[in-house]
Amino acid sequence: MALEVTVKTAGDVPIPDHSFEAERNQYHSTKILKELVRGAPPDSLKVLGVIEKDLCIPILTFVYGEAQLNGIGALVSLARLRQEFYGAQPDDDIFRERLHKEALHELGHTFGLIHCSLVECLMYLSNTILDVDRKGRAFCRHCQRALNSKIEPGRVSKWTGR
Amino acid sequence: MDRKVNILVVDDEEIVRDSLSSWLIDDGYEVAAAENGTKALEIFPSREWDLCLVDLKMPGIDGIQLMEEFKRQVPDQLVIIMTAFATVDTAVKAMKEGAYDYMVKPFNPEDLSITIRKIIEHQKLVRENIFLRKELKKQYRLHDMISKNHKILEIFDLVRTVAKSNSTVLIQGESGTGKELLARAIHEESLRREAPFISVSCASLTETLLESELFGYEKGAFTGADSLKRGKLELAQDGTLFLDEIGDISLKLQMDLLRVLEQKEFRRVGGSGLITITSRILAATNRDLKKAIEEGKFRNDLFYRLNVISIHLPPLRERKEDVPLLVEHFIDRFNIEMDKKVEGVSDGAMRVLMEHDWPGNARELRNVIERAMVVAKDTRISEADISLPASRKEGTNGKSLGDIEKDHILRILVENRWNIIRSAQVLGIDRVTLYNKIKKYELKKEVGA
Ligand SMILES: [Zn+2]
Ligand SMILES: [Zn+2]
Repeated sequence: MALEVTVKTAGDVPIPDHSFEAERNQYHSTKILKELVRGAPPDSLKVLGVIEKDLCIPILTFVYGEAQLNGIGALVSLARLRQEFYGAQPDDDIFRERLHKEALHELGHTFGLIHCSLVECLMYLSNTILDVDRKGRAFCRHCQRALNSKIEPGRVSKWTGR
Repeated sequence: MDRKVNILVVDDEEIVRDSLSSWLIDDGYEVAAAENGTKALEIFPSREWDLCLVDLKMPGIDGIQLMEEFKRQVPDQLVIIMTAFATVDTAVKAMKEGAYDYMVKPFNPEDLSITIRKIIEHQKLVRENIFLRKELKKQYRLHDMISKNHKILEIFDLVRTVAKSNSTVLIQGESGTGKELLARAIHEESLRREAPFISVSCASLTETLLESELFGYEKGAFTGADSLKRGKLELAQDGTLFLDEIGDISLKLQMDLLRVLEQKEFRRVGGSGLITITSRILAATNRDLKKAIEEGKFRNDLFYRLNVISIHLPPLRERKEDVPLLVEHFIDRFNIEMDKKVEGVSDGAMRVLMEHDWPGNARELRNVIERAMVVAKDTRISEADISLPASRKEGTNGKSLGDIEKDHILRILVENRWNIIRSAQVLGIDRVTLYNKIKKYELKKEVGA
């Protein structure tokens, strides 16, 4: 386990209407992240949102997820992690593997980690799905050490977006 | 990295400043942001900036003025102009006035990463004093090809490296992506540049014609062969032979060609003497050869013989950032050819060009610009001067089934360069039906297409 914390699964959180970017048919991840954090239980150390919709930020055509650096909120989109998005047959194992990596990557940001230059590290910046698949399932030693120094006993709430 | 990379972001939109800054911070850069030119000029002297990302359109001091002021203070300052699709033409001008690059919002995450990595490498080289700005700009060109797309720039690098070898190169890409231009570039970059570049279009010839075209024939080889004719293989001796549309040749000819490539020798039709091949072979196709192999239409062994070095040219719709560069390039060229003084295109016209899907790729763009320059009454090409077939992006709302069929058929015809046999195959109808549809919808081949 890369993160040793208590995890609680919370209920569905509605996606805020104003986060929809009609022109791009995508959702503004920063806006959703804000709502997610606002609604998080007061005792949560971190909150991870998982959303089916494709996410973007104004300056980028898409993002796999977004997190608050040194904050509590992290958000991951499932849309581009599925094989179907690339016209391939659905594959649950691949999908879970990707989600595992991107969820921990975003959570890593909430613990103050920035991108790592090692391709095999979870904190490597993924710009393409190939980057996601190429990286390993764990933080590199350097990032893990940085993470350990930040983790205190607490809870991580896991919420599911609709 | 000895020190952190400093980036200054200037944009009047808060949302852009915030999202760009946090993205850059996550990536480990030191970032400052300013909401307008005045604020930016206050911050500017406080640090040495590795890069300034400046929005083109801002109230007050605009992006270009700001860039000029930065450069007055720090002549080598690297500036990237950020722009929306609509103002991309101005951004190209900005590059002429010294911007390192321009980027169209929203950025593709990969492009942003690569651009910044390139800049850091560039900075390192500048510090080591072995790089000149001039050379950097030149990298966007390779002979008659021009691009700022990272995939194409990688291809340019590859071409510069492999040109000096004698390896066979297989160039794949849709019609109009510049396969022949790339082949010529390989020839021009090679040591064979003084020797001939000979091009053969395999699709346009029947099996027997192609055979005599490639290998030549002896006098009396067949009825009508009243004098010796040297084939393209022979004419290309010491130079480069470019076999275009290689995916269209018959299985028999594929076998002959394979034998010739393996033995490096051939005979003229009806001849007995063996001629040794000294030319380099380049081949190209717009077909999916892997699929053709599966279907038994293309020989696996020939594929591997040709595919020693493989280059795939991406379609123009996947490198739209090149549209403004290409537009400028074609305008410059047609200004000379037509003796005109067209200066550029209007914002509205650029928007239309950026939004089009370009099924015919750069060749289609060239034809559109050529026609626009013929009809343009002004020194700027306007939206009205640009004529494009209905774009896929317009969607299918309110269109009749006939309209959709017409658009689709036209698209397939353009993609296959009006090759009726091939288009009919793709459409899954017979040739007669295709001819009837062409007549019914009054589809016309565009001049030069
Ligand atoms: Zn990240
Ligand atoms: Zn790491």
